Amino acid sequence: MSAAIKSESDGSSVRMSYLEALFQAQVEELERDERVIVMGEDVAIYGGGKLVQRFDANRIWSMPISETSFTGVGVGAAISGLRPIVDLTIASFMYLASDPIINQAAKLRYMTGGQARVPIVFRCCMYYGAALAAQHSDRPYPMFMNVPGLKILCPSTPAEMKGLLKSAVRDDDPVMIFEDTKLWPIKGEVPVDTEYLVPIGKGDIKRAGDDVTIVAIGGAMRLAMDVADTLAKEGISIEVIDPRTLKPLDSEMIIESVEKTGRLVLVENAHRVANVSAEIAAVICEEAFDSLKRPIQRVCAPDVHVPFSPALEGELFPTKEKTAAAVRKLL
Amino acid sequence: MLLNSNKKQEAYRRMLRIRRFEEEGTLLYKAGKIPGAFHASIGQEAAIVGACLALRDNDMMTGTHRSHGHPIGKGADLNALMAELMGKATGICKGRGGSMHLADNSVGIVGESAIVGGGIPLATGCGLSAKVRRTDQIALCFFGDGAVNQGTFHESLNMASLWKLPVIYLCENNGYALTTSVERSHGQPSIAKRADAYGMPGVTVDGQDVSAVYAATSIAAERARDGDGPTLIEARTYRFDEHQVGLFTPGTPYRAVEEIELNKTSRDPLVLFRSRLLSEGFDEPELGAIETEVAEAVQNAIRFAESSAYPDPEELYEYLFSQPILSPASSSAKNS
Repeated sequence: MSAAIKSESDGSSVRMSYLEALFQAQVEELERDERVIVMGEDVAIYGGGKLVQRFDANRIWSMPISETSFTGVGVGAAISGLRPIVDLTIASFMYLASDPIINQAAKLRYMTGGQARVPIVFRCCMYYGAALAAQHSDRPYPMFMNVPGLKILCPSTPAEMKGLLKSAVRDDDPVMIFEDTKLWPIKGEVPVDTEYLVPIGKGDIKRAGDDVTIVAIGGAMRLAMDVADTLAKEGISIEVIDPRTLKPLDSEMIIESVEKTGRLVLVENAHRVANVSAEIAAVICEEAFDSLKRPIQRVCAPDVHVPFSPALEGELFPTKEKTAAAVRKLL
Repeated sequence: MLLNSNKKQEAYRRMLRIRRFEEEGTLLYKAGKIPGAFHASIGQEAAIVGACLALRDNDMMTGTHRSHGHPIGKGADLNALMAELMGKATGICKGRGGSMHLADNSVGIVGESAIVGGGIPLATGCGLSAKVRRTDQIALCFFGDGAVNQGTFHESLNMASLWKLPVIYLCENNGYALTTSVERSHGQPSIAKRADAYGMPGVTVDGQDVSAVYAATSIAAERARDGDGPTLIEARTYRFDEHQVGLFTPGTPYRAVEEIELNKTSRDPLVLFRSRLLSEGFDEPELGAIETEVAEAVQNAIRFAESSAYPDPEELYEYLFSQPILSPASSSAKNS
């Protein structure tokens, strides 16, 4: 279970949005360690505007539209003594940055036999369900999961955004953070402690239950919690797990839960082919097949591009109804 | 800036170390003792060494798939380089890098990228890092004529110029990207002229003349250290061997046999520099001593490499992470 976050009355936490927590984590790390820099497009205006007011131009770098190379510049800065946070903004731009992320950041330590250290964070935000069409609506984390040497995070609460981003900045390896824009305005209690860290590689049981395990990723977490609430009224006890770190995945937590419930529903907004759900399903089949009472269910985006028209896009992503139906199928 | 007497000796030593290392390496490769691919720098030694000698020990460098010359040019020990070529545990990259990636951080080489153009943003980032950390380090970026047509070249030179980063972009223009000539792939065949587009000086030098490369790089280094920004240097050089040792190229030869022979007989950087040294007052015994010393160093490196053990397959996962996270997922992945 997540560590209980104390109420704001005792001053140990404050209520803030996921987006504010993202900003807060960066401010704290920039203040703590002068090697931390932020690099990204339009950082002087969007999101990072307050960072520009607070830190000098040597710390906050507004980049030209050169995603491939400014990401590589970040990698070069990381291997020569800095700890950059590279903000790639919209997740689809990760494809442009994928060469320096995959061929350089992920591989350099290994290929140099441990001579290089690559402490760098790659941030991006995932828009979907926003009528932006296919080139601005990607959720590309599954592609990067196939790359050794990367740590991949997908926080779903404001507190975890702060704690995971801070852990990422302090980590000596390349870490990717995929933010879910649907979570940006969502508020929650966030510890004020500047040493509040959420460990990379540890999942969180958001709700304990006995009948069915739901593993949900990023923005799908909220609908999973709603489904658990709704079905609880019918006497169905659902355990909801948030892996938080997609790689390395906390498979032990999921296996233990499936051993208890015998039923697994996987919910995520990425396309279904070779996504995180597919990986979790494979791990469960390898490690906990005998515990399964029913086949694993996946609720994901289908293998088709995200269309522009809301009339088409509205049908694409997991919903409470689809998730509840998947749960009922197992009972 | 001219090479002083000590640096001339060192230039000859390093060029010769590259040449002998590559010659012996080629034989070992053909004998099956070096696995994978072997891209020799023979013919390009002056471009490499002239540039490296203009750097300080703590300056940073990135290189290319033709990676053997860069660490040797920057002063690296040969033993760990040869051991790496043979895939040994004592290799500079512990057997994880091989011929295309001989990066030796101890002499400032942060990476040798076998993705053409991949090192250009990295060197630019080293320059940005030096600026942020307020050191007077500079970064030297080696790349070939083929890399000039990658987007990373344009994007990186733009950023370096914009922020006046302390970077030297040194193009080893050997005339051919694998088999494709500059004439057949560059709209603007003068690589140095491209500097104009980014608002930085562009210089063309004879890449077979170690003194000329040194002089041009020294000026660029001073400019970079003074905060005046980057320079693009095009060193016109020539690759004596095939793109890759033993590579079969079908069809009509992409470069004439006469062209190769002419370069080998009249444009060999070591022959040119040796006769220059003799004409400037160095004597045969002095040069002979360097030649003997280099031959011994290369033989020592071969002995070291051959007598070294191969890496233990149990250590396959070593060096993947600086901070491994020992989750059940990663351990089950290891077991599979």
